[in-house]
Amino acid sequence: MTSAQLEIQMILSLVAVACAIPGVFLVLRKMALISDAISHSILPGIVLGFFITQDLASPLLILMATLTGVLTVVLVEYIQKTGLVKEDTAIGLVFPSLFSLGVILIARNAGDVHLDVDAVLLGEVAFAPFDRWTYQGIDLGPKSLWMIGSILLVSISLLFLFFKELKIATFDAGLAASLGFTPVGIHYGLMTVSSVTTVGAFDAIGAILVVAFMIVPAACVYLLTNNLKKMLIYAALLSVLASITGYWIAHFLDASIAGTIATVLGLVFFIIYLFAPNKGYISQWYKTKQQKVEVAMLVFMLHLANHDEEKERNKNHLQEHINWSPRLAKKVLKLAFQNNMIVEQHHIISLTKKGVDFTNKALSYISDNKNSELEGMKQNFFLFRG
Amino acid sequence: MKEYIDLLVSDYTLQIITLGTAVLGALCGMLGSFAVLRKQSLLGDAISHASLPGIAIVFLVLGVKNNNGLLLGALCSGLVSAVFIKGIISKTHLKSDTALGIVLSTFFGFGMLLLTYIQKLPNANQSGLEKYLFGQAATLLASDVWLMSAIAGVSLLVVLLFWKEFKMVLFDADYTKTLGFHVKFIDTLITSFIVIAIVMGLQTVGVVLMSAMLLAPAAAARQWTNSLAKMVFLAGMFGAVSGVLGTAVSASANNLSTGPVIVLIATLFVVVSFVFSPIRGLLFKQIKLWKNRNDLKLMKTLLFMYNLVKDHENVSHPHKIQLLNNFQGYTKKSLKRLQAEDLILLNKSDWSLTKKGFHTAKNLYTHQ
Repeated sequence: MTSAQLEIQMILSLVAVACAIPGVFLVLRKMALISDAISHSILPGIVLGFFITQDLASPLLILMATLTGVLTVVLVEYIQKTGLVKEDTAIGLVFPSLFSLGVILIARNAGDVHLDVDAVLLGEVAFAPFDRWTYQGIDLGPKSLWMIGSILLVSISLLFLFFKELKIATFDAGLAASLGFTPVGIHYGLMTVSSVTTVGAFDAIGAILVVAFMIVPAACVYLLTNNLKKMLIYAALLSVLASITGYWIAHFLDASIAGTIATVLGLVFFIIYLFAPNKGYISQWYKTKQQKVEVAMLVFMLHLANHDEEKERNKNHLQEHINWSPRLAKKVLKLAFQNNMIVEQHHIISLTKKGVDFTNKALSYISDNKNSELEGMKQNFFLFRG
Repeated sequence: MKEYIDLLVSDYTLQIITLGTAVLGALCGMLGSFAVLRKQSLLGDAISHASLPGIAIVFLVLGVKNNNGLLLGALCSGLVSAVFIKGIISKTHLKSDTALGIVLSTFFGFGMLLLTYIQKLPNANQSGLEKYLFGQAATLLASDVWLMSAIAGVSLLVVLLFWKEFKMVLFDADYTKTLGFHVKFIDTLITSFIVIAIVMGLQTVGVVLMSAMLLAPAAAARQWTNSLAKMVFLAGMFGAVSGVLGTAVSASANNLSTGPVIVLIATLFVVVSFVFSPIRGLLFKQIKLWKNRNDLKLMKTLLFMYNLVKDHENVSHPHKIQLLNNFQGYTKKSLKRLQAEDLILLNKSDWSLTKKGFHTAKNLYTHQ
């Protein structure tokens, strides 16, 4: 591993953590697409800043680009407040127009500016180690390492300082306001941090893939845990891991580093999406299937409780009466037998005492429909699952 | 301007491009109306980004730049991404914005991976794949425009055929279900046509700006009418006009790519609609606010007068205007307006309440 490779991996890891932190809050606040909007609309800010400074890592450029990022949020919220269009439409109107402005600005000044729209949108971390910061002849390392490092430092200290406020404003803005915190201040603080991070990250990984770095790790861990602190830590770890894996895969494929990392993140998300316990696709599918049988069993027991005639309770005629497929009927019968809810005598099925009790309980729940009883019912159902 | 028209008459390529952007604008405006009303505005953004890997894969497999093949790849990839978005939203507790963000960024990243991989391959034919990122209207050929027109025609036909169903699903999906319509099918149909519109626009305005092509005309049209038919028609018109104007502007100036100019012009339509549309427009609302405020001030003056005279036997007894001096809410203009509305009578430096004015003031708080 050469020192340039090491530096690239360090930059990528810092970018990953810096993006993951605001990303968790964006996902929790259902504002994930604001990051997409910001990442596109910083373009005019970057272009104007670049006209002035001719340096992609200068503080002035970062300031101007951040301002355009915050301006995007303000514009989106203003349009939303007018009530003329929905929120998502407001986002979709603001960022393409700002982005277009940026593209036109670049195109009109193509002669004087050595700035490519591709460079802003797609980024290239492989060149980062060549743009070094020297002080009195001493090499201090790549500029972008310093830049993203200081952005990360600021956002982590802000996170520690305002953790309580962020948490409460994210989960219950009304409560936060009534307790005397300012959810609006927290909101704009978060937006500013997101903008700064996007600006700091774009020349390493490109504006579009900032979205992947912000949202995907947060979405992954949100499928695994509900604890905010754990979410933040896991998201940071996951994104660093994905970045380093992605870097080496890209190295061997000789492909875009940022693109490969986004692909790795996508695969990780897909795996978690399928296999996450309780919240993943498979466990949800299994749960739905179980619930279907459980509800069917309940319907069946209500049927038994309602009908004294033997004709209605004959095992062989059940299908006609409740209109089930033979497979479902068999499954339901098996489940009910296993739980000692029913007994069978000469093909006639009747409820046991336990079955009668359970049916009555279910009936009273259905007629009352009170949430307090729901918990008890849930536990009764869990019994069947063993 | 005249130069441009001369150019348009003589230049075949420019005619093709103008026609192409116009058809594209109309198509996007028409289908975008449905996207906007279904609150799926950003679906377009996600799908347009997600079509990139499809383009790259088709190129990798075929090794040639067959335009229709690439579009087909984009279409498949866009549809797959739509399925993923739906799957994430329906099976997990993640919200639609997160689902869109995930699919948008990871598909696009995968596309980037493939594109950069292709660029390293020894194949001279690969250049120009980047045009899908930002679009290049200049590369539109007559055959592309024909394809676009054919698709626009088919979409128009489908929209007309399923008009009733689309409209019902749009405004009350549950009710539609209870009436026995196949909501899932209608849903898929609308989404598929939105994806097709996006794919058609990729070559012209590119991945990044495609969502604006879809949204802006529809958002502008929404401000002028509450009828779906009028909105779809207007959105189509706005889209077509933005396409034509955008092409004109970018053709008459140097170094202006068509896509961004079209988007900016469409955005201009939105801004104008937001400000000037009657009833919904911001200007109209502001004027209404001012008018209400003025009316309130007039009523305040009237009430002050009423309080002065209410204990008199003759309520229409004239009083000096100077009496109002310690009250700030009147001007000569407001007194004149009150007189014009027949609420008071002015006589040189005297004023007196009319019968109507007295009753209005008396019932000001009780009369809603």
